Amino acid sequence: MLLRQGEPAAPPVAGPAHRLKAGARGDGRLAAAFLAPALIGFGLFYLYPALRGAWYSMTDWNLLSRPRFVGLDNYARLLHDPLFWNSLKVTAGYVVLNLGIQLVAGLGLAALLHRLTRSLVLRSLLVVPWLVPNVTTGLLWMWLLDADLGFVNHLLTGAGLPAQGFLTSPDLALPSVAVITSWSGTGYTALLLYAGMLLVPRHVYEAAALDGSGEIRTFFRVTLPLMRPILAFVLVVSLIDSFQLFDAVAVTTKGGPVNATRVIYHYIYEQAFTHFKMGYASALALSLVLVLGVLTFVQMRLLRASASDLA
Amino acid sequence: MNRPSRIRIGRPLAWACLILAVVISLFPLYWMLRTAITPGRELAGDNAGLLPRHPTLLNFERVLGLTTREEARAAGGSGADLDFFRYLGNSILYTGLVTAVQTLLCAMAGYAFARLRFPGRDLLFGMFVAALMVPPIFTLLPNFVLVKELGWLDTVPGLVAPSLLMTPFAVFFLRQFFLGVPRDVEQAALIDGAGKGLIFWRVVLPMSRGPLLTLALTTAVWTWNDYLWPLLVAPGEETRVLTAALGIFLKQSPNTAPDWTGLMAGSVLSIIPVLLLVVFFGRRLVDSIQFSGMKG
Repeated sequence: MLLRQGEPAAPPVAGPAHRLKAGARGDGRLAAAFLAPALIGFGLFYLYPALRGAWYSMTDWNLLSRPRFVGLDNYARLLHDPLFWNSLKVTAGYVVLNLGIQLVAGLGLAALLHRLTRSLVLRSLLVVPWLVPNVTTGLLWMWLLDADLGFVNHLLTGAGLPAQGFLTSPDLALPSVAVITSWSGTGYTALLLYAGMLLVPRHVYEAAALDGSGEIRTFFRVTLPLMRPILAFVLVVSLIDSFQLFDAVAVTTKGGPVNATRVIYHYIYEQAFTHFKMGYASALALSLVLVLGVLTFVQMRLLRASASDLA
Repeated sequence: MNRPSRIRIGRPLAWACLILAVVISLFPLYWMLRTAITPGRELAGDNAGLLPRHPTLLNFERVLGLTTREEARAAGGSGADLDFFRYLGNSILYTGLVTAVQTLLCAMAGYAFARLRFPGRDLLFGMFVAALMVPPIFTLLPNFVLVKELGWLDTVPGLVAPSLLMTPFAVFFLRQFFLGVPRDVEQAALIDGAGKGLIFWRVVLPMSRGPLLTLALTTAVWTWNDYLWPLLVAPGEETRVLTAALGIFLKQSPNTAPDWTGLMAGSVLSIIPVLLLVVFFGRRLVDSIQFSGMKG
């Protein structure tokens, strides 16, 4: 299942399901009444657009003239579009950076929380950045990283280091974006991992302590291996989420400087709403569906292979 | 000798790291507020110290449209009309409407999938689950076209349409919850002669306040944060929501010297509801995130 970051996992299904006895005809009429609004919503805003999107991807539509069927031309073009490949490369780079920072920092934070405190206030404070709208996060960090007046450069120059154009330098822009989104996501990731750590039973730690294992050794040898399922879950959710980065880039760098942060989502957006190439944008979007589908499939296989050692 | 001293250093060090993480999480937000109460003209010379030298509410007044255009320009504004009162209202309307209607309708749909018997149920539900896997951008393009064709650009119906009636996730989430509700209660009411519709309203819904609230909170946060869709379909002054307004504000601001004090004042306004959520629902938010973690 393709979860976005922040979706609460659905509650588990308890026990074998016994069916409520229904009349011979079932509950057709009641079901129709209960489902009608959701079905209308689904048909109009999920199913219909999906079919339409697939159709657009085989036309040369530009929002102005009538769409003309061009077969698979858009897909052929896409394969030879350096900007498309660049956007995939940039996206992959961002995903690696963002996941790397969030997993390492999130694990560290989770371990600290787990060993030090059960404070709800502390956990609530850590999750605040995640609740801030992405646009606001982008604006705020544009200001903090501003080349002239930004607070971060203020710190750098105060320490005798040269000021940096974090979001205007082709080398620094993508890492900067990853730092920005990590600022907003790490507290959330830490909370997920913290919950996973709570599942490791106490006696395992007691046994480790009796064997004379120190804090750090216990963490790497006991805690981490026992957390494989939750780590895999967090990885899947964050990966799919990171692939769809848009808001932060749209606000801070708009894909620049020189394509350095032009992630796939932003590239699709530009093709559709700056160049009005609806047909081509739809082909790109459908390709993204495929890429994410494959990634999800591979990850689910890995997930299944990572059943908990606690079971 | 060695061991106890290591512990004495270790714990304070660990606490220091944790406190540092909280500071990193919150300091940027504090700096946002500090900038918002700094007079625009003094920003360049006044960027150290916990409080600005001459704190002012002028930046809030001008983004809320309470000052004249001349006053706003004198304070560092670009002269563009800003009316964050309206954007705030639009955001509240957008979030409130989507959250309330979507949660209720998806509860009905989720219940139907969990408890009612009708032909094609599994097929339909399978389609909903499949839709969970489609990245939003794919349906966003044709949905924009549809809203445009309907003449709903810059209207509230256009803004809320795709998310008002359902999201596959909400239906899925509540169906899973209803499947786990013990049937005894419903059985008892059924024997008393109540219909399943009545049971849903009188028994199941009141029992499900917790998960409904969790889902509603999640939906509210997403809707409040939503940027691309409102920016595309409802950028007009009448229907502009806060996130879109901030994006447009930045675009109108000169590239070389953005109106930082005004932008930060607008940003502060956009996170007030978020902070209220944490104050009132902190425990539930944290619990629902951790619940996902336990589920993992």
